[in-house]
Amino acid sequence: MSWFSQTLTSSIGKKLLMALTGLFLIVFLVIHATINAMIFYNDGGETFTHWGHFMGTNPIIRTLEIGLVAGFLIHIADGLILWKNNREARPIGYAVTNASANSTWYSRSMGLLGTLLLIFLVIHTAHFWIPNRSNQFATGEELNLYQMMLDIFQNEWVVLIYVLGCISLFWHLLHGFKSAFQTLGANHVKYNGLISFIGTAFSIVVPLLFALMPIAMYLGWVK
Amino acid sequence: MEGNMSLSLKVWRQSNKDTAGGFEDYKLDKVSPDMSFLEMFDVLNEQLIEEGKEPVAFDHDCREGICGACSMFINGRPHGPLKGVTTCQLHMRSFNDGDTIVVEPWRAAAFPVIKDLVVDRDAFDRVISAGGFISVNTGNAQDANSLPVPKEAADEAFSAAACIACGACVAACKNASAMLFVSAKISQLALLPQGQAERSIRAEKMVAQMDAEGFGACTNTGACSAECPKEISMVNIARMNREYIGAKFSSSAV
Repeated sequence: MSWFSQTLTSSIGKKLLMALTGLFLIVFLVIHATINAMIFYNDGGETFTHWGHFMGTNPIIRTLEIGLVAGFLIHIADGLILWKNNREARPIGYAVTNASANSTWYSRSMGLLGTLLLIFLVIHTAHFWIPNRSNQFATGEELNLYQMMLDIFQNEWVVLIYVLGCISLFWHLLHGFKSAFQTLGANHVKYNGLISFIGTAFSIVVPLLFALMPIAMYLGWVK
Repeated sequence: MEGNMSLSLKVWRQSNKDTAGGFEDYKLDKVSPDMSFLEMFDVLNEQLIEEGKEPVAFDHDCREGICGACSMFINGRPHGPLKGVTTCQLHMRSFNDGDTIVVEPWRAAAFPVIKDLVVDRDAFDRVISAGGFISVNTGNAQDANSLPVPKEAADEAFSAAACIACGACVAACKNASAMLFVSAKISQLALLPQGQAERSIRAEKMVAQMDAEGFGACTNTGACSAECPKEISMVNIARMNREYIGAKFSSSAV
């Protein structure tokens, strides 16, 4: 094995991949949330569609999208491999555990929260991204994503699934954001406070903004 | 004697690493609150010997909290309910009369049970052998003042060196990860001038051995540091990650 693949398949290497792809996906969330938040202009989707068109057709963005898909796949596959390795490290469990005395439940449940997010991701991409891109490949035309949002978010079960997805995202980010910095070795008395503050604020603001989108459309605040 | 406690114990019994184990229930009366947890086990073993039964095997040595031999998982926590304390320094006054106490061995693939509560921690020794040492030239020791060490670095190296290799970090971690231990051992040498010669090869080899032993990977829950009897900080794990990644991408070892 070359030194490079040896590094990336070591325990710390796998963590490094989780941290780097995690932070990359966090950057994606910023862009995704910002552009989707254009629906709150409540202008019949004009601003949203303008930027959606840019994201869906700009060649640089479309190239970066390949990186985004790769980022998701690496984060998911690596997470599952780590989960399996970590389970194998303790084949016989304890009869009694008192883990709440030493750690938070969400830091111990990143695999579970990630799986919930993966299920949500499948539902979410099946709603918007997959039909839109397939249509672009087939006809070269984009779908009216704004109208699709308005239609899809009329179903209260769909709204509930999206809100639950956002709640999973909140807990996943609350540990993941800070954890990524620790894994990258950024644990420093001068910056820990800042990382912690931004991590917590990000974990609250972004999922809340996302959750408000289906809710606002369901309740007719955004038409 | 006044103030004595009655306790119910559920203790893991296992004859050797190849046989399946199980819990045995024991009743103990007249436990003094001033006994240490291990002294309470001595009383239990006296009782078992008198009854003609096999005493419980458990690791212990100095009984003053500095050797790292004792290793009991007590009511779901390594070294029991107190912070910064080994099992030998835990006293029965931390429990209540009538309590049921569950005692298990450390659980990890890399720490097989030898007997009852005794686990094989040789994996730690093999990690140390892989790189947890420094080269020292023969001849006279040089003058201490010729190797200036900042006070801060000395203090931090000392905090890392406080690790007694008991394995509570592995026992507490949901992934049975040894990263707190390995990072403390890497840090104590990386921070000091004497450790510079083998600095990068040390990080590479110790992490490789840690993986080969079958320990899990860290998910930064912080359970290890919270349960560590020597309160080793997670800062060491961040430092180990820097040392390892830096070494892997810059050393000439291909």
